[in-house]
Amino acid sequence: MGNTLAEKILSEKSGTDAKAGDIVIAKVDLAFVQDTTGPLTVRQFQSSGMGKLANAKRTVLFIDHAAPSPNASLSNDHILLRDFSRQSGCILSEVGDGVCHQIVQETYARPGDVVVGADSHTVTAGGLGAFATGMGSSDVAVAMGLGKNWFRVPESFKIEVTGDFQKGVGAKDLILHLIGMIGADGATYKALEFHGSAVKKMSMSGRFTVANMAVEAGAKAGLFAADETTHEFLKSEGRGSDFKSIAADANATYEKTVKIDVAKLEPTVSKPHTVDNTALAKDLKGTKIQQVVIGTCTNGRLEDLAITAGILKGKKAVKTVRLIIAPASRKVLVQAIDKGYIKTLVEAGAIILPPGCGPCLGLHQGALGDGEACLSTANRNFQGRMGNPKSFIYLGSPATAAASALKGKITDPREVM
Amino acid sequence: MLKGRAHKFGDGISTDHIISGRYAHLRSNLPELAKHVLEDADADFAKKVKHGDFVVGGNNFGLGSSREHAPLVIKIAGVSAILAKSAARIFFRNAINLGLPVLICDTDKINNGDELEVDLAAGTVKDLTSGEKLTFGKIPGVMLKILNEGGLIPYIQKHGDIKV
Repeated sequence: MGNTLAEKILSEKSGTDAKAGDIVIAKVDLAFVQDTTGPLTVRQFQSSGMGKLANAKRTVLFIDHAAPSPNASLSNDHILLRDFSRQSGCILSEVGDGVCHQIVQETYARPGDVVVGADSHTVTAGGLGAFATGMGSSDVAVAMGLGKNWFRVPESFKIEVTGDFQKGVGAKDLILHLIGMIGADGATYKALEFHGSAVKKMSMSGRFTVANMAVEAGAKAGLFAADETTHEFLKSEGRGSDFKSIAADANATYEKTVKIDVAKLEPTVSKPHTVDNTALAKDLKGTKIQQVVIGTCTNGRLEDLAITAGILKGKKAVKTVRLIIAPASRKVLVQAIDKGYIKTLVEAGAIILPPGCGPCLGLHQGALGDGEACLSTANRNFQGRMGNPKSFIYLGSPATAAASALKGKITDPREVM
Repeated sequence: MLKGRAHKFGDGISTDHIISGRYAHLRSNLPELAKHVLEDADADFAKKVKHGDFVVGGNNFGLGSSREHAPLVIKIAGVSAILAKSAARIFFRNAINLGLPVLICDTDKINNGDELEVDLAAGTVKDLTSGEKLTFGKIPGVMLKILNEGGLIPYIQKHGDIKV
């Protein structure tokens, strides 16, 4: 029998014929941490006795979650990371450079790589055909020191996606719909592998959005084949030579197949407090919100800002809503400035944050008050996620977020397009 | 043999319930961080929990973030094992890496406050309050080796390498 994408990559990196269920030791091509998991990783690494990094040029420390830092203790954590980078020779990504997952796909991850990060949304790089998965600080410390770690080869679900999206509907609606269908633990320990005509046509930005949220169904990885679209993307990032074509074998074995016709999808929203608690935006019409967040590793790319600017151009967000926008990286911000999107957004009433995680995880830059509700393009709406267990988070696409900012209520974007 | 009281939680206890992101500034001050363990699921848990007690969850315990601080604060609170119907992947691996067992069993049969006795080697949970006896699923071989060394970092300190 042939191999799934997960089996293919883990076979190559372990030097074995790896099949679902096997436990293998695989080479790690890229290991990274961010500023809320990195200090523990550094301490675990230092106490382990491993001494040196296996590959300093493929080890990256990102300062993105609390950037710029809101208080002294997080500033001290940042000092710890800067010191470790200097001593060990590994790469440091500084305040203002952007979200780790965005920079990983812009700069570091290659098709066929094994990528581990001390952040659950490491799965994002699956959008370009890397086996990328989130781990804890100890596991990433071991990957940094040994250049390898152990993996259980996951069974894969084949997600067969066909049809053409309706206007106002996109990749975010697809992944929210899928998670609503299979549940927040529907793919625990599994890999989601995306196939079908709609996937072939999907932009890289859309693929990253979908891969990013695979973990919200419990999955270990969300994988796309590396095709011509991937090649063009890598060329546009100045690293066409990092491309290699990789796809699952036609006769690979999947644990199950899920079929989705995207033509039937409508703008979808996850309601508080779980990602699988999905509804159609039109059915939540009128739900009042006090904040809209557009950005994060899920939807902070140029394509997302283009959609947002397209809806908000010449209009104003209502005064009762704080419209917070955080481009995912410095590169995205510069491109959005060049395209004129930032001017459009600021004129529409938006607050532009520096590239980084923004208010997604409740650390700074937009914590919610008691009883307040937010429509966010992020990936997680757990109780307390945005700094207050007495607040409510709804997740949706950039189009739904922009439309909702105009009305001060959850709004189906097709009403304003 | 582990013995202690059950602290029962429902399905879908997330890493934000266990240790919210709003306490990220305390992650380099573990004794302070641990005062907020499971705060958003039970505000009084940190005061109630006693050394050796068990956290008993439902489905998908520990879903969400990769923060190793989630199992770490549960361990610092003195909890000797987590029992759940199922556990999220990263949380499960993180807990084992810290030497904190996660035992998968039918926790519907355990009530809040029950006195439990867990035999790790035999794979059994005895509910001394109700008399119910449960068995839990085997921890995979490589994870058992890590658990038996007290966690991943002690394992690496001893062996200098990782083998399966």
